[in-house]
Amino acid sequence: MRVCHLSLTDFRSYPSAEIALDPGVTAFVGPNGHGKTNLVEAIGYVATQSSHRVATDAPLVRHGAERAIVRALVARDDRRALVELEINPGRANRARVNRSPVPRPREALGLLRTVLFAPEDLALVKGDPSERRRFLDDLLVARAPRFAGVRADYDRVLKQRNTLLRTAAATRQGRRRSARRQDDEAAFASAGAGDLLSTLDVWDTHLVRHGAELLAARLDLVEALRPLAAKAYATLAPASAAADLEYRTGVKLPTGCGWSREILEEALRAGLAEARQSELERGVTLVGPHRDDLHLALGELPARGYASHGESWSFALALRLAAYDLLRADGGDPVLILDDVFAELDGHRRTRLAEIVAPAEQVLITAAVPDDVPAELAGARFDVTEGNATRVR
Amino acid sequence: MYEGVVQNLIDELGLLPGVGPKSAQRIAFHLLAADPADVKRLAHALLEVKERVRFCRVCGNVAAEEECRICRDQRRDPHVICVVEESKDVVAIEKTREFRGRYHVLGGAISPIDGVGPDDLRIRELMARLADGQVTELILATDPNLEGEATATYLARLVKPMGLKVTRLASGLPVGGDLEYADEVTLGRAFEGRRLLDV
Repeated sequence: MRVCHLSLTDFRSYPSAEIALDPGVTAFVGPNGHGKTNLVEAIGYVATQSSHRVATDAPLVRHGAERAIVRALVARDDRRALVELEINPGRANRARVNRSPVPRPREALGLLRTVLFAPEDLALVKGDPSERRRFLDDLLVARAPRFAGVRADYDRVLKQRNTLLRTAAATRQGRRRSARRQDDEAAFASAGAGDLLSTLDVWDTHLVRHGAELLAARLDLVEALRPLAAKAYATLAPASAAADLEYRTGVKLPTGCGWSREILEEALRAGLAEARQSELERGVTLVGPHRDDLHLALGELPARGYASHGESWSFALALRLAAYDLLRADGGDPVLILDDVFAELDGHRRTRLAEIVAPAEQVLITAAVPDDVPAELAGARFDVTEGNATRVR
Repeated sequence: MYEGVVQNLIDELGLLPGVGPKSAQRIAFHLLAADPADVKRLAHALLEVKERVRFCRVCGNVAAEEECRICRDQRRDPHVICVVEESKDVVAIEKTREFRGRYHVLGGAISPIDGVGPDDLRIRELMARLADGQVTELILATDPNLEGEATATYLARLVKPMGLKVTRLASGLPVGGDLEYADEVTLGRAFEGRRLLDV
């Protein structure tokens, strides 16, 4: 799979840009702040419909413009697809595939698949669990775009349920206070959450249904990633302790290896029942995939807090490489994007990484100076200065 | 920002569903330029709709009188009630001419984010209608989104002890469409809800 042509309108620093891309390696070289990363960010956006740098779409639109447009002509084997995305901050984005509008932008997902390596990846190891959950969910969506829907549904149920719990908690506190003021012991004791909670069971049903689907998919995914990440880490850092992954969930999984959707639904339901009291007190959903974590270990120790800077970097790269292996095994070589990665690596890991990614169908690299691009990855080159990308090789 | 009254009009128009700030501005300037008689007619229509139209005592549908046209119609089957979110859903179902029973309009769906709970919907009225045992089937035709599904689940649980037949509208493939064009979620639902083919 590869991107043949990228065209931008009012995206980040680019009022407009037209860039033709070849298979193999292409490097974008230029000083910091001149717009190299914006180019690969746009390609990443076509694949995931989110940016690896910011959580919202607003910064993607050039200052003063109303919307940004990203067009990518994608080739897979001999077939070509033109994916067009219109980014409207604060409103629904729109998408067209081969010049026909699709009803929902997420239907344009899956036409382009990318694996993006960036300095931000360090947060996969050092950051909050939400970073690792996002890594897993993004990969699920890349493998099966259907999961974009599952994820959106789960988030929506969660938001509804949390609002309900919060309102109930507030009402309850108010009632307790007034009961105490009136010195009414009976009212104080029975100051339950009241009618607001009559619908909680309903939201539980839906939370369990969507949550179990997400949980099942993540558990399967981590099983598939585990050996791949361990292998990639051993290649990048042969002297270090072995890397391992484990999905940690607050849901009590039945012992033994097998799980099915039914078993997970049952476990999730039981978990919610157990947490009911504290959920009512705190006004937030305490059990479910939104509270889980992907635990990363080096030998016996957790990577977070214990791994050195270099080890953390290797681990983050190993996770991305494992994702790349997995997507490649599903068919269709994903486009590899290495955003400012080589400058952070020592000589050994630089060579290793270059060897691993060199055979890919298309590799896009950004670097501040030409020397940051390893010799193994010599190919086309664009010089990027002040928002202009010019092909020099 | 414009002068007081113009900005007021834009703000008011901007509160209407489907009207953003730009559209509100366009409509406001259209009204400014329009013939005063036309604007009076519009204002009159707005006031009249608020004064004259009310909601059916029985089902909650919009009505010109105490009861709506459908509730007054003796030919409609009183044993089946179809529950919908809004009056416009009644119109949509009426167009099919498939359904000959009565309706019940809830006035929305359960959605804590929007501050809508069961007490804000016409659920008590529905339970009162079901109390005399005349109704044998309840069709839940709330929207096939999360909030609609949650409302349907809530109602199904609520009426379960009454022992009447509760059905939910099917969701799945559009008629006359191609399987290949269906999105995965819809196709997945269609698989879940597949039925025996009787030949």
